Amino acid sequence: MSSLDTEPPSASEQISVEEVIHVAKLARLQLSEEEVKTFTDQLASVLRYASQVAALDTATVEPTAHPMAMVNVFREDLPRPGLNREEVLDQAPAVEGAFFKVPRIVGEE
Amino acid sequence: MGEWSALAISQGVRDGELKAVEIAEETLSRIETNDPLLHAFLHVSPELALKRAAELDERIAKGEDPGRLSGVPVALKDNLCTRDMPTTAASAILDGWIPPYDATVVSRLKESGAVIIGKTNMDEFAMGSSTENSAFGATRNPHDPARVPGGSSGGSAVAVAASLVPLALGSDTGGSIRQPAALCGVVGMKPTYGMVSRYGLIAFASSLDQIGPFAATVADAAVLLEVIAGHDGYDSTSLDRQPPSLLDQLDRGVDGLKVGVVSELLEGADPAVAVQVRLAAETLANAGALVEDTSIPVLTYSLPAYYLLAPAEASSNLARYDGVRYGLRVDAPDVESMNSRTREKGFGAEVKRRIMLGTYALSAGYYDAFYLQAQKVRTLVINGFSAAYESYDLLLSPTSPTTAFPLGSRLADPLSMYLSDICTIPSNLAGHPAMSIPFGTDDDGLPVGVQLMAPALGEAVMVRAAAVLEAAESHLSGQQRRDEDEQ
Repeated sequence: MSSLDTEPPSASEQISVEEVIHVAKLARLQLSEEEVKTFTDQLASVLRYASQVAALDTATVEPTAHPMAMVNVFREDLPRPGLNREEVLDQAPAVEGAFFKVPRIVGEE
Repeated sequence: MGEWSALAISQGVRDGELKAVEIAEETLSRIETNDPLLHAFLHVSPELALKRAAELDERIAKGEDPGRLSGVPVALKDNLCTRDMPTTAASAILDGWIPPYDATVVSRLKESGAVIIGKTNMDEFAMGSSTENSAFGATRNPHDPARVPGGSSGGSAVAVAASLVPLALGSDTGGSIRQPAALCGVVGMKPTYGMVSRYGLIAFASSLDQIGPFAATVADAAVLLEVIAGHDGYDSTSLDRQPPSLLDQLDRGVDGLKVGVVSELLEGADPAVAVQVRLAAETLANAGALVEDTSIPVLTYSLPAYYLLAPAEASSNLARYDGVRYGLRVDAPDVESMNSRTREKGFGAEVKRRIMLGTYALSAGYYDAFYLQAQKVRTLVINGFSAAYESYDLLLSPTSPTTAFPLGSRLADPLSMYLSDICTIPSNLAGHPAMSIPFGTDDDGLPVGVQLMAPALGEAVMVRAAAVLEAAESHLSGQQRRDEDEQ
């Protein structure tokens, strides 16, 4: 994966198949070969369009993460009722007792 | 059946002249007749609606007042959590999920006497502009069933446009209320960010998402916003202030208001759409507003910035669909494979595309050039609006550059679909209110929507102008009909 600090990919640059496979792994998507091919073309097209943002001089501009100027919102740390455990577990794909059940996480050895 | 407006129904039910049960029966009958073709609904709850309506009639018979929306049928976009109905966001990954709680807007509707009828179709996780990205099939435009209703809140727009319900709620991240409202010929409003609680709205891009009303009239949209707006302790981005008073503003007119027509948003519009925007500008001027063209060059960078920011936020928000706590699971021997296979099977193509885009824009080596740069462009868009609002009370533009397009026509090229939102996205980036008002039709008789934009918390001024356009529109449509009759 090529490293870019400030320069976006140029219009001629394409996102590679290897990059698409790498990003899919980061995003926990097990894409089919066909999807990798399609997304490689489509992502390149959208990213070329989105690269227009590089045209603006933003050297002295602060980024905006949120549209309203809000500071931290605090409340009293008081106990209050949460969701009904049975109702929540009832919607889970697999449960054991009061827990969500998942496949093995730790290796066997 | 009398006038099919929320205000008329509520008045009749509260006065005892109408029965909530009869209204609910009429609604269910309209849905049964029309929805097999339109597919506006993913879920309808006849038993719940009739039971609820009967309770309301009993309370009114006892002299109680159930509230401002007494007996009014309301449809909800299927990304709003309902503890007594399935909530899927039109995704296979949530097929059959029943949330353990109600969204705050749902609680507020119930507290105001509304009757929740069902859940409406949408683009999966609100990602799309045509409602074709639903895992459960597309919705059709009632003005021409071969065309899309727009999206992502297409089901809610159609439910109102086809008079199945007088009111519906949608969500708007980049235009998902306003664009389908325009394509279906109804009123759709995106309130100021933070005006309506997002608690219980399935998250797409949290810094942009906002819930808002669909209605056939400006007055009905205003009353629905008044009911759902206001501070909520369950949403930390909720604005801590009184809900706006809108209904009492509608007859104030626009005399002396300054309105700017944004040339950058008019440039790419189809001629038939541009003509209607010009007519709307004239209408406001004739009503006493000072209307002139204005330029906000930076707005042309809104769409590219949005398609980095919204997918980035989405890729993070949708990480929660991992096959563990709710929804679909595809079994596998280890957790990571289970996550990846579940997401591969459960998400549709557009959702995967956005997750990929967002993950890429946030990944090492690309963060500064894409995500951070887009956040800085967002600042410049906000500054551009601020400068314009020093000179103008409101801004006017098309809602969508085109009228409703044929089903399937933009599916193969994601970028062509994204361009549908070019006029609506700037207000989301800024967190400002904006709304679409039906204003005439194109040559094929398809509705055109014009967009009014206002600075943060400018809803009251915005609905005044909307009411003026609405009054002129009914006159204009009548004139058009007469012209056609003479031909």
